[in-house]
Amino acid sequence: MILDGKCPTGPIQTSWDRHCFDLKLVNPANKRKYKVLVVGTGLAGGAAAASLGELGYNVEAFCYQDSARRAHSIAAQGGINAAKNYPNDGDSIYRLFYDTIKGGDFRAREADVWRLAQVSNNIIDQCVAQGVPFARDYAGYLDNRSFGGAQVSRTFYARGQTGQQLLLGAYQALSRQVNAGTVKLYTRREMLDLVVVDGEAKGITCRNLVTGEIESYWGDAVVLATGGYVNVFYLSTNAMGCSVTAAWRATKKGAYMANPCYTQIHPTCIPQSGDHQSKLTLMSESLRNDGRCWVPKKQSENRKPGEIPEAERDYYLERKYPSFGNLAPRDIASRAAKEQCDDNRGVGPGGRGVFLDFSDAISRLGEDKIRERYGNLFQMYEKITDENAYKVPMRIYPAPHYSMGGLWVDYNCMSNVPGLFVLGEANFSVHGANRLGASALMQGLADGYFVIPYTIAGYLATTKPGKAKTDHPEFKKSRDEVEGQLKKLLSIKGKKTVTDFHRGLGKIMWENVGMARTAESLKTALREIPKLREEFWQNVNVSGGMAGVNQQLENAWRVADFFEFAELMTRDALHRNESCGGHFRVEYQSEDGEAMRDDQNFTYVGAWEFKGLDKEPELHKEPLKFENVHLAVRSYK
Amino acid sequence: MSADHNAMNLTLFVWRQKNAKDKGRLERYEAKSVSPDMSFLEMLDIVNEDLIKQGSDPIVFDHDCREGICGMCSQMINGVAHGPEAEITVCQLHMRRFKDGDSIYIEPWRSKAFPLISDLMVDRRAFERIIQTYGYTSAHTGGVPDGNATTIPKPAAEMAMDAAACIGCGACVAACPNASAMLFVAAKVSHLGVLPQGEVEGARRVRAMVAQMDKEGFGNCTNHYECEAACPKGIKVTFISRMNRELMKSIPTGDEVSAAGGF
Ligand SMILES: Cc1cc2nc3c(=O)[nH]c(=O)nc-3n(C[C@H](O)[C@H](O)[C@H](O)COP(=O)(O)OP(=O)(O)OC[C@H]3O[C@@H](n4cnc5c(N)ncnc54)[C@H](O)[C@@H]3O)c2cc1C
Ligand code: FES
Repeated sequence: MILDGKCPTGPIQTSWDRHCFDLKLVNPANKRKYKVLVVGTGLAGGAAAASLGELGYNVEAFCYQDSARRAHSIAAQGGINAAKNYPNDGDSIYRLFYDTIKGGDFRAREADVWRLAQVSNNIIDQCVAQGVPFARDYAGYLDNRSFGGAQVSRTFYARGQTGQQLLLGAYQALSRQVNAGTVKLYTRREMLDLVVVDGEAKGITCRNLVTGEIESYWGDAVVLATGGYVNVFYLSTNAMGCSVTAAWRATKKGAYMANPCYTQIHPTCIPQSGDHQSKLTLMSESLRNDGRCWVPKKQSENRKPGEIPEAERDYYLERKYPSFGNLAPRDIASRAAKEQCDDNRGVGPGGRGVFLDFSDAISRLGEDKIRERYGNLFQMYEKITDENAYKVPMRIYPAPHYSMGGLWVDYNCMSNVPGLFVLGEANFSVHGANRLGASALMQGLADGYFVIPYTIAGYLATTKPGKAKTDHPEFKKSRDEVEGQLKKLLSIKGKKTVTDFHRGLGKIMWENVGMARTAESLKTALREIPKLREEFWQNVNVSGGMAGVNQQLENAWRVADFFEFAELMTRDALHRNESCGGHFRVEYQSEDGEAMRDDQNFTYVGAWEFKGLDKEPELHKEPLKFENVHLAVRSYK
Repeated sequence: MSADHNAMNLTLFVWRQKNAKDKGRLERYEAKSVSPDMSFLEMLDIVNEDLIKQGSDPIVFDHDCREGICGMCSQMINGVAHGPEAEITVCQLHMRRFKDGDSIYIEPWRSKAFPLISDLMVDRRAFERIIQTYGYTSAHTGGVPDGNATTIPKPAAEMAMDAAACIGCGACVAACPNASAMLFVAAKVSHLGVLPQGEVEGARRVRAMVAQMDKEGFGNCTNHYECEAACPKGIKVTFISRMNRELMKSIPTGDEVSAAGGF
């Protein structure tokens, strides 16, 4: 089937404004009759719930943590983009749009990206009004820094804690609505299923993570803002609880999963130190403003970094990409680091690392300036590695970080299941095959504050409030299914723990569906995933029972969903016979090792329809048209 | 665990309590071959893996980001909130801080306002309710001025950021002999109060938040400064004095008293 993104036609500059005017409205007195469920309280969900509550809708918001403020958006360090052009360095909405399309390797929808660039400026204003303490200069104006994939300074930041501060802004706005009675908050709730009634999303089934009860919630629309899925690799920069569960359950209920193979491996993470490792820690990309990446020219070098003279160092990013240098986009920087390590020039334990060196910046600007810019990151690095990065270069290595793929949505952020909206990292919409730094925070807040408040009305205006409530048989059916699966997990009582299986799955995915993929490796993964999944269902040991807190059971459910999702992700990677952005197929590269797209055959969004575990999923294509940016080979040289 | 030659053997005494009604007790566990490169939570993961394999219930503890920012992790280690190292959370604590043969006592946050849920997990929703009373500016979505329309002196922006760094973990309450939440509340009052955008509602905010704090059953501040010592983000007690000044200055007018829920 050919999918239609329902993008407005005509000049792109006015497309969003025209679309807003064309959308139906819900009159103020009727808004409170509509109940909207918002699953997730990160930047996307938090902003959405606060804004919808303020508009007068009756909102219920859910998260699995004990507070809305703890969503993983909190961990974003570096910053948020906006086309303000405060530094007067040539930025504009068009340039942010252009950079995002190009950065995404021409695999995103033009109209969505334009809208993102357009509302980016409102986001900064909104956050300032909420009291977000962005960095300022001595005159009291907002300060900017640069990020990868851009030649202008358009990134706003709050020390190394930008995500935290933006999330607190959204969380506080949400708390204000809770106080006003427009939003009801359900914390320590995990959505385990989507309830679809007559083809439309009308509710969710949750497990109460304190009592263990299975609960039903109805709504006239369901908004998923449940974050990304890179924990499919086991080790990643995501929080321990981040999962594909909400999105995958929606997929199993008919929503299409788009471009799942587009995953971002972030170039600057702290290398793994051993098998005990439970997660990887990101060092913000902003460090590449002042840090220089290098490896020794000599293979298997064993001198200390300070003993290696300048002439024997290879500043490989500056050498290969002179115009972007250390600020080359993430996919390119990650692959370059991997190449160096594969070539035996890696540093640190196991040779899986490259240096990120601040000595030049420190001699140019002084240690204090560097401390002011990145103090908390250097501190974090020292806590983990016991090394002082003011004195010796940091060691970094790429790690799974972000999912560009996600549930398919149209221009209104609505999936193919009417009434199901998807925001933030959970949808596939704006980053194409590669996301630029500081653009995820921008997208989350754009979707939550400035898109969904308009577009949801277009759907709600066509539906009667309270069409299906929790007494509808579909709710019971969903509860029964969930209970059945939970009981099954508890009854297996096998020999391996959930973590053993998750680690095993992660290994298959990292080795075969990671930074560089081949048809061969993908086929291997397609053999190994179902094998391990089968073993999981026969040999996993989940202790405890249904009632009360049971963290093993929570985790077992998430891992079970990752097992199913992993297969689809691999299939998508195997079907996409080209290299683009974060999806690098070894067979498709130029002579100097750059990714080679196949625009003739793959300029489309691949959206998969789930047909059952033992059946092939069906591929639906949404062709992408480039009318405002010339489809060209991406070059950062 | 790891075969590392620096590996350590440790004895843990962990608070086990199935739920709020259960009677809790310290249980002894042996953690063997612990690598100094492990984080404290990774050490507990491994103890838990063993417990599961033995058919026992693993130790329940809150955690998520494991990089010191979400504020989810919360443990008293040898009587100190977040353990022996200054300005970090439990999840950032690494085992190289301990020596072979050490005994480690691990307990939950203890405070009347944070009822226990299970083992090391407590209910911190009292903090939520304090923020819900007035921990915000009343900015509407949309219709706000340009971000540069009001300049903010750098020192004010920096001070706001110092206060806003709070992760809401509750270590300040756990460390305080009175289980006071003054540092938490003062941090939010100051973050918003020093910025022009938040100052407008400053008087109403401080009164409402302090009233809610008292209602939740947190204790009084009697200047022990244990909160500052325990705070993983190094938030200073000077914010408490600042809040007290703001509270003093906030003499309410009649209509504000009812709106803000009393003084
Ligand atoms: C370490 C790190 C640093 C980053 N730095 C930057 C940066 O500097 N700039 C930038 O632009 N981007 C950055 N990113 C990316 C960016 O932070 C995320 O993409 C973005 O914050 C995601 O926001 P979100 O609202 O979509 O999801 P999240 O913030 O992940 O929120 C997900 C929410 O969904 C809830 N949830 C999930 N599943 C369920 C379920 N089944 N049931 C109930 N609730 C559920 C969670 O409780 C949570 O509330 C970074 C990411 C990481 C990991
Ligand atoms: S787990 Fe997030 S702060 Fe410790």
